[in-house]
Amino acid sequence: MDLLAAGFVYLVAAVIAVPLAKRLGLGSVLGYLIAGLVIGPVLGVVGGETVDIQHFAEFGVVMMLFLVGLELQPAMLWRMRAQLLGLGGMQVLGTAVLIAAAALVFGVAWQASLALGMILALSSTAIVLQTLGEKGLMPTAGGKGSFSVLLTQDIAVIPMLALMPLLAVNAVAGGHDGHGDSGHGAPAADAHGHGHGAPTLFDTLPDWAQAVAVLLIIGGIIVAGRTVIRPVFRFIAEARLREIFTAAALMLVIGIALLMNYVGLSPALGTFLAGVVLSDSEYRHELESDIEPFKGLLLGLFFITVGAGIDFQLLLSNPVGLVGLALGLMALKAGVLYVLGTGFGLRGADRWLFSLGLAQAGEFAFVLFGFAAGAGILGAEVIKPMTLVVALTMLLTPLLFILYEKVLAPRAVRTEDRAADEIDEAGSIVVAGIGRVGQIITRMLVTNGHKVTVLDHDPETIENLSRIGFRAYYGDATRPDLLHSAGLEDAKLFVAALDDREKQTELVHHVAKTYPEVTIHARAHDRHHVYELERAGAHLAQRETFEGALAMGRDAMTAIGYHPFRAEAASRTFRSHDREALDGLRESWNESGVSKSYIDAMRAHSQTLFELMKADRHDTHDRSERGWTPPPKGDASL
Amino acid sequence: MRTLVYLAHPRPDRSEINAPMFEAARGIEGITCVDLYGEYPSFEMNVDREQQRITEHDAIVFLHPLYWYSVPALLREWQDLVLEHGFAYGHSGHALDGKVTFNAVTCGAAAEAYTPEGANGAHLRTLLMPFEKTADLCRMRYLAPFALFGAGRAVEEGRDKSHLAEWRSLLKALRDDTLDITAARAALSLNGFTAAGAAKLEAV
Repeated sequence: MDLLAAGFVYLVAAVIAVPLAKRLGLGSVLGYLIAGLVIGPVLGVVGGETVDIQHFAEFGVVMMLFLVGLELQPAMLWRMRAQLLGLGGMQVLGTAVLIAAAALVFGVAWQASLALGMILALSSTAIVLQTLGEKGLMPTAGGKGSFSVLLTQDIAVIPMLALMPLLAVNAVAGGHDGHGDSGHGAPAADAHGHGHGAPTLFDTLPDWAQAVAVLLIIGGIIVAGRTVIRPVFRFIAEARLREIFTAAALMLVIGIALLMNYVGLSPALGTFLAGVVLSDSEYRHELESDIEPFKGLLLGLFFITVGAGIDFQLLLSNPVGLVGLALGLMALKAGVLYVLGTGFGLRGADRWLFSLGLAQAGEFAFVLFGFAAGAGILGAEVIKPMTLVVALTMLLTPLLFILYEKVLAPRAVRTEDRAADEIDEAGSIVVAGIGRVGQIITRMLVTNGHKVTVLDHDPETIENLSRIGFRAYYGDATRPDLLHSAGLEDAKLFVAALDDREKQTELVHHVAKTYPEVTIHARAHDRHHVYELERAGAHLAQRETFEGALAMGRDAMTAIGYHPFRAEAASRTFRSHDREALDGLRESWNESGVSKSYIDAMRAHSQTLFELMKADRHDTHDRSERGWTPPPKGDASL
Repeated sequence: MRTLVYLAHPRPDRSEINAPMFEAARGIEGITCVDLYGEYPSFEMNVDREQQRITEHDAIVFLHPLYWYSVPALLREWQDLVLEHGFAYGHSGHALDGKVTFNAVTCGAAAEAYTPEGANGAHLRTLLMPFEKTADLCRMRYLAPFALFGAGRAVEEGRDKSHLAEWRSLLKALRDDTLDITAARAALSLNGFTAAGAAKLEAV
């Protein structure tokens, strides 16, 4: 089967299985695995090429770590250090040691046992975070604890990747894997075989020089991320070509992966570092949005190949043993979590959520199995059944969540919510467009102590704003994915302040439709635009020039000799009358746009205003002038 | 005494008494004049500047029409914002100690209405009790009010000129420290206090 046909089969399987799995509450990872299972072992549509495709798809993992890095702002990590090192660190270490001990008992070599321990200590970030989010359990103490542990595990992957080669039985200095394979579908032997790769200039260096070079390169990534990458992205962003920005993002990730491969380090480590370095840059959300689809597809493809590689015969030959192993693994992991949860103050329902929710093994296990196989630590006789066991634990997770929700949570008392919120929530106000209008709004909100996330497509403005401490991100605010990564679903208020009239209406329409909970304030060009924006779903639309022009009108009156307070009063009268006109004409405009009846109504309003202002000039006391006039002369009652 | 006159009138353009009184005050050397509505048309008071002003003067005069037995809204705002705790009153608020203050008021009704037997049931000084008490709390010396009654008909009846003359001599007496403060504090009204002097001045 050629690659295109194979790709088609994979896509068909994914498109059918993943939505089905999600509908059944199994999560997308299981959906991909099942899709692979169906086209591989069950139907036998695909076969030999899966290994090639798997190596190509492994690049998804590199991208995933880049994205994980992007999410990890150093400041946030520092704030969560106690939770990460304590709760998360002890979970990873404790579980890894216990599993390794169990593996030793089963007669596995110590290196392989240790590798298994590390690999299986990880839980499924994809399944757990998604489930917690869907069920609204993220803000609970149990949910927050789970988040800390998952975050630690994501970071722990990096030292694990670094440790694996040291465990290799036939240790070769600078062992490397096939993750960075740029996708020529290289034969498995080349990608994974140790020491068979073409010797690079790097390999000819003495050991100490290699170590120095590695340190230099890591330092180089950090320094370049701070100094070179930002101006480069800015230069690219100024071209305003979205696909080129995407190309640049891919170039960055692939380039770093290649470089890391060259020096014999894990490409995942390199891109992870690059991600962390760029995590507080203004291009973070745009990079995230650009890489995310590639990562999602490649990772999905990877999981399908894992599913396709599952040895069905093996499961059928020993179902009890494998299910028993899966249950045992989950019991062990849950036990460690239960003890840690108790130690960290989780009680009742939260402790159950924490222990059961993280009891499965994660998708990283599949990646690390491949890596360990490449390094010669684990053989097929261990990996094949363990892949099944990992898949089984993931399959059981939705059942555990049901057990938690229906049986355990209703009976248990919830741990009292701690007052301090340690997890950095998404900004509660999002401002799109930081031009003349957005800047004033943002500055006002920020100086009043509110967290504002700013989106704009002008790199220079964005960089200047970041420099003075704004949370500003580069990107086209009309892109749905960017709005999503800016945290719009958690936002209290969305301010649309784009300069482009059509884009602005489009944006308001999209946000109103996609995020019905969010209040939308919109900048309008003129009164017709006000009506358009209201129809698109804005809760408030303000003409951008109105207040400024009104102030200038007032100042003009003062300049030609009116008393300032008189001019102020005139501007207030004008404002309220104009607002009335805006309200009065809305219906007519909504019905027929700028029709004859609309124009007539508008004329009538201008006439009233003129008479109102004229009446004020006469020295009479009539009802149109309500402010600060003495009672009529000769009123006998006074 | 360094004298400061605050005008609080929302429509000086159609004022018949207060605006001329303000103009008259501006014509006297050594009197500082502030048009509150002119300076703060949108009610955004610059508190520091106002505190600086009253600190730099010894006599503070509030020139205003009587609105609902009180002052126009912006002057009330001025009181609320400028007379801060720790500045004007309170343990450490001594900025205004001993300063002289009074209201120069124009009233719509005739003088008879402002008597215990009249329509308003009390003297003007009694009705202005909140201002007197405010001054007391700020350890200022509150003087009797200087008033023009039946102000709406004053121009037609030709009473405005004499009132303006008396106003001028009152301000000058204040400036030159020739006003009998003790008597002015005890009186019901400042009107007539400088009448003799005013007549003399007019003659010159």
